[in-house]
Amino acid sequence: MNPRRKQRLYAIISLLLGLSAITGLVLYALSENIDLFFTPSEVIDGRKKDGIKPEIGQRLRIGGLVVPGSVKRNDETLDVSFDLVDTGPKVTIVYQGILPDLFREGQGIVAQGHLVAENRIEAFEVLAKHDENYMPEEVADALKEMGQYKSEYGKDKE
Amino acid sequence: MIPQLGYLSLTIALGLAVMLAIFPLWGAHRGNIQLMNSAKALALGVFFFTALSLLALTYAFIVNDFTIAYVATHSSSLTPLRYRITAVWGGHEGSFLLWIFIFGLWMAAVAVRSNNIPLIMRSRVLGVMGFVSIGFYLFILLMSNPFETLLPYFPIEGRDLNPLLQDFAMIIHPPLLYMGYVGLSVCFAFAIAALMTGKLDATWAKWSRPWAMAAWMFLTLGIVIGSWWAYYELGWGGWWFWDPVENASLMPWLVTTALIHSFAVTEKRGIFKSWTVLLAIAGFSLSLLGTFLVRSGIVVSVHAFASDPDRGLFILAFLFVVIASSLALYALKASHMRSYVKYTMFSREVFLWGNNIILTVATMVVMLGTFLPMIHKEIGLGSISIGSPFFTEIFSYLLPPFALLLVITPLIRWKQNRFDSVKKPLFIALVLSVIIGLGLLSVGQSFVDNLALMGLILSIWIGISTIQAVLKKKPVQAQGFAALKQLSGSEWAMVLGHLGFAVAIIGMVMTSSYGVEKDVRMRPGQTVNLAGYDFNFVGVKNISVENYTGHAGTVKVSYDGKPVATMVAEKRVYIVQQMPMTEAAVDAGFTRDLFVALGEPFDDGSWALRIYHKPFIRWIWFGGLIIAFGALCAMMDRRYRLRRKTLSQQALAEQTATPQTQEAL
Repeated sequence: MNPRRKQRLYAIISLLLGLSAITGLVLYALSENIDLFFTPSEVIDGRKKDGIKPEIGQRLRIGGLVVPGSVKRNDETLDVSFDLVDTGPKVTIVYQGILPDLFREGQGIVAQGHLVAENRIEAFEVLAKHDENYMPEEVADALKEMGQYKSEYGKDKE
Repeated sequence: MIPQLGYLSLTIALGLAVMLAIFPLWGAHRGNIQLMNSAKALALGVFFFTALSLLALTYAFIVNDFTIAYVATHSSSLTPLRYRITAVWGGHEGSFLLWIFIFGLWMAAVAVRSNNIPLIMRSRVLGVMGFVSIGFYLFILLMSNPFETLLPYFPIEGRDLNPLLQDFAMIIHPPLLYMGYVGLSVCFAFAIAALMTGKLDATWAKWSRPWAMAAWMFLTLGIVIGSWWAYYELGWGGWWFWDPVENASLMPWLVTTALIHSFAVTEKRGIFKSWTVLLAIAGFSLSLLGTFLVRSGIVVSVHAFASDPDRGLFILAFLFVVIASSLALYALKASHMRSYVKYTMFSREVFLWGNNIILTVATMVVMLGTFLPMIHKEIGLGSISIGSPFFTEIFSYLLPPFALLLVITPLIRWKQNRFDSVKKPLFIALVLSVIIGLGLLSVGQSFVDNLALMGLILSIWIGISTIQAVLKKKPVQAQGFAALKQLSGSEWAMVLGHLGFAVAIIGMVMTSSYGVEKDVRMRPGQTVNLAGYDFNFVGVKNISVENYTGHAGTVKVSYDGKPVATMVAEKRVYIVQQMPMTEAAVDAGFTRDLFVALGEPFDDGSWALRIYHKPFIRWIWFGGLIIAFGALCAMMDRRYRLRRKTLSQQALAEQTATPQTQEAL
């Protein structure tokens, strides 16, 4: 092999090594950071199509309606808990912090957090419909499926 | 009446665009000078009629013409005049009108500012742009008409502009970002025109490079302002959320960053040509993809304010046509463009190649993270979300090698170099940056701290080596700092671009590592301490201004007993939409920002407050501004202006030549 070819070979080998390293890192980072979405009844009973049920300790996203009258605040701190429901059983969300401007009882919200008990989630983020699109589609879809979809959840776009 | 004229002028613009797509290209094919000369007039005509249409819509907003559906849904008589005008691009239809207006603006700019380019090339570029614009005009006329009326039944009051958009940054952010997005179409048109001619060379790179720089500058500014807006207006104090819409602007930015570096190689050394063409095509395709993302509503985003799936489908189809046809052309022509120029492994070419690879990988990572959830959902695997840690993690892996390339590349020469010659300056720079970085961070050695330390050292290293690269220039070595004036615009661009990048990185690592955020519950009179600052919550009073009412909470901040600032954070309810909004108070500083947002009231009279201390956050945007200024310097480079003069003489000579010689060009 002449030196020029040799050089090219090294270049290609190092490029391949670099790319495979990056691919590995990307896949690893992906596996760490993908969160599945569940509705409250799916958390308890598993998803309809594949029966996947979150395990305790798993990080996930959950979306549903805030059960009216379930919002309980601590008197001294920003600790708050409320129940989420879709068609079946309820799941309790505990959260510490400021709830979004449009958080209301009876409204759809999405929370991200860890499952700490079978029906209890410690959320680190709570999102509410902030403008016409911030009502996450996932909730709109879930609500549609259970026939609770109200037009205000997404079609007031214009 | 006037709005109807607006619609009419859009149709006229479409007609002219169709002519622009046919005549100049046909003329270029047949060597017909008259047809080629029509390009300029047609491009200016398209621009004129689109501008007229935009003015008509603006007029409808100013006079509160609620017979127009778009005006009625995006404005009200209570909306202040300045926001009534900017409401023109506050929704889907209007922002698309702004988009095609800006497209026309670029087209007119090419028509007027490209006398240095041979007629045949110019007419092809404008023809390609005309061709692309047909898609836009069809789209706006058929699927998103901003002039649609509500007659005969129209509301007497409009629905007001989304309160989040009633803000200064939102006045300038969309036009700047669109200038960037659409500006990439110029590079795209140059690339396609060059592929048609089959003549990709250093001259081509020289012609289209300033346009790439201009688009990149606007894109940078648009992203910076968007980030700044999200920081203070969304009330969360974050500066980047890895949100799909933000990613949509980041992808073309990354590719264009690669493009301007690849252009440098193509212009100076005549290589990387087909790669540069590919990047130019990718840049514009990604900006179309960004539009598709934002407009289609298939992604959930904090920035998407107007969307409609059918429209998304149209843009997707259009995107497919553009990408498929340009790639087909590329496949046909690019194979003839091999170049044989020698360079060794340790040369600037190879290092810039490395820069391009990292930027491309970064683009692909962003793309993966943005589209994977969508694909996952579409193929029926259920909804997933990919959190920002994914992006942060990958980018923190990509940053160190990228920064190393940034440190070394400016110091080494084209063709070949020996490592020995740069060893000394590199070493000095490294030692200096380690000392300065360590000095700045003598305490604390958690993982986060180390990340910050690494970022700091790398940025300072970039800074020092950039300055060393300047000092190595011949005139500077001979005459000292007086020679700085002799540096060319492109050299300044490199220096400022790299320094700006270093400044922005410092801001990012410092904010991410040392920013403190606290949600607290406070009674009036209570004080909390955060990062050494005492935040005293004075109380809340009612406010009522223009088109909103609400509460204003006052917080007095002091440091070591000395007063620092009095901050007023508001909780507004906009009257028309009854939409609550958090207006955060920000005390901006060179080395830190204090940020206070008002949460919700409680029964016992206390309020929830969100308090942040964000060190160096302003450096992120400041760095972005330096980068954009660098791009401006590159556009002003004397080289392009001098070329213009000589070339225009050449072009003149060519225009008088016979059609046969034209064809040969």
